[in-house]
Amino acid sequence: MTARIQVPPEVRRGDLIEVRILIQHPMETGFRYDSLGRQTPRNVIHRFECRYGGVEVFSAAMGAGIAANPYLRFFVRAGESGDIECRWVDQENASGSASARVTVSG
Amino acid sequence: MDGLTARGARRRSLAALLALLALPRRALAQPIMNPAPGIDARTINTPQGALQSILKGAGMRRGRVRLELPSAAENGHSVPMTVRVDSPMSETDHVRRIDLVSEKNPVPLMASFFLGPHMGRAEIESRVRLNGTQRVTAVAQLSDGSFWFDAADIAVNESACLDGG
Repeated sequence: MTARIQVPPEVRRGDLIEVRILIQHPMETGFRYDSLGRQTPRNVIHRFECRYGGVEVFSAAMGAGIAANPYLRFFVRAGESGDIECRWVDQENASGSASARVTVSG
Repeated sequence: MDGLTARGARRRSLAALLALLALPRRALAQPIMNPAPGIDARTINTPQGALQSILKGAGMRRGRVRLELPSAAENGHSVPMTVRVDSPMSETDHVRRIDLVSEKNPVPLMASFFLGPHMGRAEIESRVRLNGTQRVTAVAQLSDGSFWFDAADIAVNESACLDGG
């Protein structure tokens, strides 16, 4: 699964880091049928988590109510320089991850 | 040989027809796969059930939460959504979780976000799917256990669940 994560490369300690992530995933609802009437099984990214410097700061349990190619924007308070690491897993147990380095000054 | 193929084709079209007949039941039998931790999957089939499973008997008050959705959307496939909670996001006073509940989606609990004091600001933006014109509710639980909510009405011209989206 490809994903794009964007964070400001440099922030000052105590400032907010805006994390934006876009994951390529169909977020299959399970309510779609093909031309033969076969149901496309539900497969959504149901678990998403974000760590900063190894500590979990944000997580989400998503359902079919989140649009295909899920996009999330959230904030993390800058402490030390470190990686913002996002991991996720879908219902077929396919997982993905993306991380970005943040340099904290001051 | 020709006869066999024809029979095969007939059988296949019969199977397709049967599959079509079976559609509604299969749609109903669709299990709700991914309840958030602490939420009983059996209770989240209705918006009221979803809310009850979040609140567990507690009350919720309107305020502190701001749910932003456009007032109208051409289709429900991907609607921008922002939810923010008025909170200092400190160790002692922060938002623990935010749940999004839809009035009309087949799965009312759209997403649960788990927040903490490391976030600094309780604001999350995403894009949601909406099955038609409806009211969406965002419920936030603060670190003191209290629940606050906001609701937003949105007119959706083309539902997300009717076609290939």
